Amino acid sequence: MTKGVDVDLENVWIRFGDFVAVREANVNIKGGEFFSFLGPSGCGKTTILRSVSGFLEPSEGNVRIGGRDMAGIGPNKRPTALIFQNLALFPLMKIWENITFSMEVKGASKAERRKRADELLDMIALPDQGEKLPSELSGGQKQRVAIARALCAEPDVLLLDEPLSALDLKLRQHMRTELREIQQRVGITFIYITHDQGEALTMSDNVAVMRAGIIDQIGSGHTVYNDPATPFVASFVGENNVFRGKVKSIDGDMALVSTNRTGELLARIATTVQGSLKVGDPAMMFVRPEALNIAPDISSAPNRFAAMVKHEEFEGQIYNVFLEGSEGKEIKMSLVNIGKERQSAEGMNLTLEYVPEQAIVLPAGELASE
Amino acid sequence: MKTNNILLKFILAAYLVVFFGYLLGPLVVMSITAFNSPSFPKLTPWECLTFEWFDVLAHDERILNGIENSLIIGIGTVILSVIMGLAGALMLTQIWPKLRATYYTIVIAPILIPGVVLGISTLVFWDRISIMLGMSSGGILHNGIFLTILGQSTFIASYCMLVFIARLQRFDTGLTEAALDLGATQVQAFRKILLPFMKPAIGSAAVLAFLASFENYNTTTFTFGKFPTLTIELAQKVRYGINPSISALAFIIIVLTILGALAHEIYRRRQQLALANGAPVAAVSGGFQLPKIFRGNPAAIILVLLTLGGASTLWFAQSYSPDVCKMDVREQKRLIQEERIKAIREKRQLELQQKQHQGPDVFGGSKSAAPATQSPGKGAFGNVFDPGNLDKSGPGAVKPQEPTKSPGKGAFGDVFAPQNLDKAAPKED
Repeated sequence: MTKGVDVDLENVWIRFGDFVAVREANVNIKGGEFFSFLGPSGCGKTTILRSVSGFLEPSEGNVRIGGRDMAGIGPNKRPTALIFQNLALFPLMKIWENITFSMEVKGASKAERRKRADELLDMIALPDQGEKLPSELSGGQKQRVAIARALCAEPDVLLLDEPLSALDLKLRQHMRTELREIQQRVGITFIYITHDQGEALTMSDNVAVMRAGIIDQIGSGHTVYNDPATPFVASFVGENNVFRGKVKSIDGDMALVSTNRTGELLARIATTVQGSLKVGDPAMMFVRPEALNIAPDISSAPNRFAAMVKHEEFEGQIYNVFLEGSEGKEIKMSLVNIGKERQSAEGMNLTLEYVPEQAIVLPAGELASE
Repeated sequence: MKTNNILLKFILAAYLVVFFGYLLGPLVVMSITAFNSPSFPKLTPWECLTFEWFDVLAHDERILNGIENSLIIGIGTVILSVIMGLAGALMLTQIWPKLRATYYTIVIAPILIPGVVLGISTLVFWDRISIMLGMSSGGILHNGIFLTILGQSTFIASYCMLVFIARLQRFDTGLTEAALDLGATQVQAFRKILLPFMKPAIGSAAVLAFLASFENYNTTTFTFGKFPTLTIELAQKVRYGINPSISALAFIIIVLTILGALAHEIYRRRQQLALANGAPVAAVSGGFQLPKIFRGNPAAIILVLLTLGGASTLWFAQSYSPDVCKMDVREQKRLIQEERIKAIREKRQLELQQKQHQGPDVFGGSKSAAPATQSPGKGAFGNVFDPGNLDKSGPGAVKPQEPTKSPGKGAFGDVFAPQNLDKAAPKED
């Protein structure tokens, strides 16, 4: 199979009139990598994808695929294949004709195309469906046909524009694993666009988190989740409880934040801002729901705060407990279901604690809107 | 409440009858006159069932020539209009959004301009062009077919464009992008993706264009030159009086239209059924089953019945001859006329006898002024138009006495009396 090639974005700016859709994007995607652009809708991630596939030219900067500058090269000449958000299967063509469209336009014979179509149909576990029309397939089947069609073009880079967004939850989870498997089997570079952080984290080797045209952070799913670079990343990737305040003191990589209403809280300074964060800076302290726990006693400590339970939700593997703290904002705590029937604590005042290393301090900034 | 309902239903039914009568009545009447034997299209009196008008139609050179020209022009207009309409519609999707409204107004304008104006301007414009190019007056730019195709296409292309725009609005441009992404060139993407998608619209636009071209009169009337179309021929014919062969033509056109509409309906229903079932019509188990094509498809059944009816009519027409009936009708007419003549003769005889009793010497073998002045209401032409004269047609056998007795006679005598015409005609030959 084709070995994937590097995709590089160098100082890419994309403007539509006065509107800046992508601002100074610098990304290096390694060959054979599963790379995701994660961000809310309208953040410019699809625009980046279109500039890679060749449907639009960056206003500034270069897109390089396999080291080759792609300026002036149309989408039909690039070694990329795009899987569209709505899949864009050709409705009037049979499945096998859809899959082998890239061969048809190159003038391959019908026998050749049939043979390749059968191979690919086997690969996506849809044998004997070649004679059907796209409208006769289910959502998940269409999804796989779209993948097969893109792979049939033997691209060096496969671009996927939120291809799972139209599927229901179960199918989506199934397709995640399947996509990952396919990627590992064919070994080409996958660039995946999504607004679903679960998809990005489960499938990707590396994730770029985008906000309003700006790439906030690039890193592995682990890094992005555990060591976010900006308040936006911290609040967009997974759930987080926010406490605003000022840095009171710094001790190594730990900082004590005097929050506006919840007292002083201790947390680790995010790796990217270690050294630059100073005492007195406005800051935000983030602690994840799963990092919180009920303290065994009510004594106060810099990793404890009080809150009142408003309501609880049972989600199967976890209990979600929503509490009202002195910040005025709802605090969420997730407790693992350990099999015992849990006594509801609604209306009770609790003291919560967390491991300070699992909480993060960042300079105050923009949060992801909910 | 209940009576109210019935009344409502009655009004509704009456309304429907009136409505459809208004819509379809003329067509029905026209169709029936095609089968009646009188030489002017008439519904009543019904005389004889005849197919001779189809025969007359089939031998009418001008009509046939007109149909041929109409077909040639129709096909030319379809080709030109569909291409121009498609190009115009595609342009609308590509053009800079701010110009779109203006562009739309411009390309739709020909529909709003009267056809007469389009006809004249086409004629004048291409004449100018031809002069500018220094072409002779017999050149292609003066050719009636060429000019008519161009003239009709100016506005028919706009109709086509409307059809295409409607279809294009449902087109997912993502499909073209997908094709490009998979390595297709722009031309391949157009030919393999957009064109197949537009196919139904191209079909409708072609039918629309053909019909619009076929029935067009007001533009064509300026441009046809030496190639009159069917509508032009019909219009010219009407001026000199028509016979039921035009009804026959109308009947043929109506039947073709119905067949076409039914065929289309069948196709549509089949597609709908296929769509609804996700597969070809599912077999229902047990009981009597119609053949596959008819299931849930009344249009197909009607079509087959019509075809059978048409076929049997044709067969009937082959063996049936209206001559006997016509003879009958003629005979009947003749008998009626004879009766009338006889009645009139007897009456005259009677009156004559009465006259003779009053003054027998007055009437001689030769003409005298006296009786003429005595006969009241008699015109200045005397007995020249006397039916008796025509009847006997021999000047020597003039019997001036008889007509003087018929009171209330006009200046032309009985010249228009049916029996006279009937009798006079063969003798004129």
